[in-house]
Amino acid sequence: MSDPIVVAEGLHKSFGGTHALQGLDLSVPKGTVCGVLGPNGAGKTTAVRILATLSDPDAGHARIAGHDVACEAGKVRERIGLAGQYAAVDEKLTGRGNLRMFARLHHLPRRQAHHRADELLDRFGLTEAADRPVAGYSGGMRRRLDLITCLIQRPDVLFLDEPTTGLDPRSRGEIWDSVRDLVAGGTTVLLTTQYLDEADHLADDIAVVDHGRVIATGTPDDLKATIGDRLDVTLEDPAALPAAATVLNTLTGTDPTVTGADRLSVALPRGGLRLAGIVRELDRAGVAAADVSLRRPTLDEVFLRLTGRKESAR
Amino acid sequence: MTTLISSPFDRLRWTFLDGLTLIGRELGRLRQEPGQIIAALVFPVIMVVLFGYVFGSAIQVPGGGDYREYLMPGLFAMVTFTAMQGVMGRMAADASLGVMDRFRSMPMARLAVPFGQTGADSLIGVPLLAAMVATGLLVGWQPHLGLIPTAEAFGLILLMRYALGWVGVYLGLLVKDEQAATQLVPLFLPITMLSNAFVPTDGMPAWLRFVADWNPVSALTAATRELFGNPGAPSGDVSWPLAHPVATVLLWSAALLVLFVPLSLRAYTRRGR
Repeated sequence: MSDPIVVAEGLHKSFGGTHALQGLDLSVPKGTVCGVLGPNGAGKTTAVRILATLSDPDAGHARIAGHDVACEAGKVRERIGLAGQYAAVDEKLTGRGNLRMFARLHHLPRRQAHHRADELLDRFGLTEAADRPVAGYSGGMRRRLDLITCLIQRPDVLFLDEPTTGLDPRSRGEIWDSVRDLVAGGTTVLLTTQYLDEADHLADDIAVVDHGRVIATGTPDDLKATIGDRLDVTLEDPAALPAAATVLNTLTGTDPTVTGADRLSVALPRGGLRLAGIVRELDRAGVAAADVSLRRPTLDEVFLRLTGRKESAR
Repeated sequence: MTTLISSPFDRLRWTFLDGLTLIGRELGRLRQEPGQIIAALVFPVIMVVLFGYVFGSAIQVPGGGDYREYLMPGLFAMVTFTAMQGVMGRMAADASLGVMDRFRSMPMARLAVPFGQTGADSLIGVPLLAAMVATGLLVGWQPHLGLIPTAEAFGLILLMRYALGWVGVYLGLLVKDEQAATQLVPLFLPITMLSNAFVPTDGMPAWLRFVADWNPVSALTAATRELFGNPGAPSGDVSWPLAHPVATVLLWSAALLVLFVPLSLRAYTRRGR
């Protein structure tokens, strides 16, 4: 594994009486996508703001490419791009006008700035809309413009704070494609998201954040493996649901989740239980199962388990 | 690819160049909104007509003279003062929409954003001033004392506009919300009225007169009346700011800049939110 390019150690941050971060540690290897997952208010945005030099930590420190975010903010800013929850572009200017302005502010000479703007517009399919004011753009186009504004100076590290919140599925897909494209070019991406499928699709590693701390890290597969497989049972007769629940509880030691009128789902303890044994036990209790299947947990289930939120019927 | 800002000279140079880029941004925004330019040009004309002919028909100028001659310096001062609303609103909009965060996360000069805003506002102020001058000339106002005092008067107006722009920057950074900024706007008009811009201050109760006499709007009005040779110079027992209006304008401008440039800069770079 190569040296981490983003390192955070023991970050603390409070706002009044709210402890947004309580000792957050993070390490992102170069050229990878790190997905920071967490419920609302977990401290994701606060962490990104500190890493992007917008906010100072109360305690702890963070480095980007070896530069401290608090003492060497200028050097850090040379290497990062930030796309926040809002499309932080000038609505009154055209798409091209925005890119040219930001390129000039990145100190590109005028001609190079214009060239870079055209190149990015073309690469991300915004050439047609380039000369319209951003106020008339769709949500997806705005986010895409916001994203490419971060790419002007070819950042080493890109922070994406919930880049697809509020977007329709097609626009989300487009943003995902763009992110994959960037990573292929060597950019390191730190992405916060509430969408688990987004992390599943994009992230090499995931850090699950809750109450201002990282409570689990690993690849999506690692995380899924930590909570064991899931067993889904579909019954022939919905009336047998309580009986089936009792059997599954006895076998696994956990309460199954009711996922439908005739359906149950339960986490299996790691190792041990075999499908055949479970079917036999159900049979013995007089429960007729239409379908019994074993599967990997979804990231949602992992997330809910890790953050201690109640598993809800889905 | 991006240039490291290292030496103090470089920093100054980039503050200037980044500021220019941001001035270009503001002018580019105006180009997308010709309606706003027209509104900005029409507003002073309406004020001239409203105050000049509606109120002017009933107000006696102290020491005699045409009310519209008396009024125009007051309107110049009023428009100069209210211009800071625009700066405040634009700063607040940038802060609330996340554009400010993007600027802050970029390796650009710290002072460039407020510098660009105030610089752009001063540039925009020139054609607006010209439109007012043209309107004033049409309704019978004119400067009487020749080129140099006239140029000095316009110089004071632009200086004050620039200094007040920094107040607008600070207020915008303070409210950080475009809507909150809009709600502050009705407060500006009474401040401009609490002055000698439309009526002499000597008829006011003592405490109110004190406030009005020290109002920078009064100083700018009195100074430009003096330099244009327009009627309304106060006589008799006059307070210090009105007896030395040009010095007062210079002092006010210097004081506002000394206070609000560092305050704005601190508010802009303050981190930890």
